[in-house]
Amino acid sequence: MNALSLPELLVLVVRRDLVLAMRRRADVLTTLVFFVMVVSLFPLGVGKGELTLLHRIAPGVVWVAALLASMLSLGRMFSADYLDGTLEQILLAPQSLSVLVLGKIVAHWMVSGLPLVLMAPVLGLQFGLPADQLGVLMLALLLGTPVLSMIGAVGAALTLGLRGGGVLVSLLVLPLCIPVLVFGSGAVAQVAGGVTYAAHLELLCALLVAAAVSTPWVTAQALRISME
Amino acid sequence: MDVAVKNYNYTHTFIGAHRDGTRSIIGDYFDQAGCRSVMLEVANLCCVRGDHRLFAGLGFSLAAGELMQVHGPNGSGKTSLLRTLCGLMAPEAGEIRWRGTDIRKLGESYYAELAYLGHHNAIKDELNALENLRINAGLAGNVVEDKAALTVLRRMGLRGKELLPVKVLSQGQRRRVALARLLVSNAPLWILDEPLAALDVGAVGMMQELIGEHVSNQGMVIFTTHQPLQVPGVPTRDLMLS
Repeated sequence: MNALSLPELLVLVVRRDLVLAMRRRADVLTTLVFFVMVVSLFPLGVGKGELTLLHRIAPGVVWVAALLASMLSLGRMFSADYLDGTLEQILLAPQSLSVLVLGKIVAHWMVSGLPLVLMAPVLGLQFGLPADQLGVLMLALLLGTPVLSMIGAVGAALTLGLRGGGVLVSLLVLPLCIPVLVFGSGAVAQVAGGVTYAAHLELLCALLVAAAVSTPWVTAQALRISME
Repeated sequence: MDVAVKNYNYTHTFIGAHRDGTRSIIGDYFDQAGCRSVMLEVANLCCVRGDHRLFAGLGFSLAAGELMQVHGPNGSGKTSLLRTLCGLMAPEAGEIRWRGTDIRKLGESYYAELAYLGHHNAIKDELNALENLRINAGLAGNVVEDKAALTVLRRMGLRGKELLPVKVLSQGQRRRVALARLLVSNAPLWILDEPLAALDVGAVGMMQELIGEHVSNQGMVIFTTHQPLQVPGVPTRDLMLS
């Protein structure tokens, strides 16, 4: 029997979680449908007559909805593995726990973050956003939603097995996600104002890098504490 | 609570309770066959759950080729002891050493030599038996080919069930899928929490055989069970939690 290298291990975990998500499709769809519904309620509520207003609030609305949708799916990140005992086995794996956790975060983003990125331009059309703003919105979401999954993983790990963990995780994680929200929706607003948006995206990149480096390790430690 | 460990099958009775906080390594002894190579040593272990002290002053050692059963009524701390031995729970006091080094320091290199089976089967309902086995082996750091995995599943009495989603299997069959993991692991130390739960008579016999094989290959097994488990030819050491 051969030992697995770390990249192989990462692929194993990501593939496992994706297969599980595909066989439990309802969970994936609820997040996406929630996102679509929340965003769509604004044009309906505000009224098509207020196109300039819709135009202005569009980036913020899409980002807030993405943030809320990502909170919905956080509870599932570790809870199934916790309940069926797989998490114990993951903690006892002879490889780096941070890599295993990173695999779970990547899979979580592919299932709950990536569909939001792909759906965002369609929703942006409801707000009458022009093509250049839609492009930046997608790019900002592409950089920002992984950060939401990463910060969310820490919260999910800390609240694992607690009663009412779902609400608690939102309270823990939402404040930490504010920078992502500010720079993400700010980038789109910059385009609308005709100013360069590069700085906002660069800051999102910086957040992504910082989160990618720190959160898998922090999540791993939080899981060890939660499992005691 | 008092802890007493009896060794029925050896001529030496060597383990007792130590509550005075002194360092106590117990069980460095020689059996009739010759030198005993101690792999796992537990000294003065104390375990607390909430405000409740489950046991204190627990010490024993386990050498290659030894089998140990943890006895005790419900709530006496058997599962907590096994989880502590795995490193999933931090002990309140005391030391657990593997090959002479504290398991907290060893971390992942200890896990490479450990196979743990808890109350939960750690298998996914949505996956079939083969996928479950391969993924579990992968998490434990082993690559298992389909053919090898199928052979193992058939040995576990799951012929014809290998490609069914685990959710359609019975409790006993699920337990067999979980136990199959032990056969693809090359860990010397098995820690099994109620491995016989939900198993039928045939499967219990098979487990005895598996444990016997593992121990005769210089493996070690620590287990709890409420059913009688006798491995022919292998003396079982008993650890009483009360």
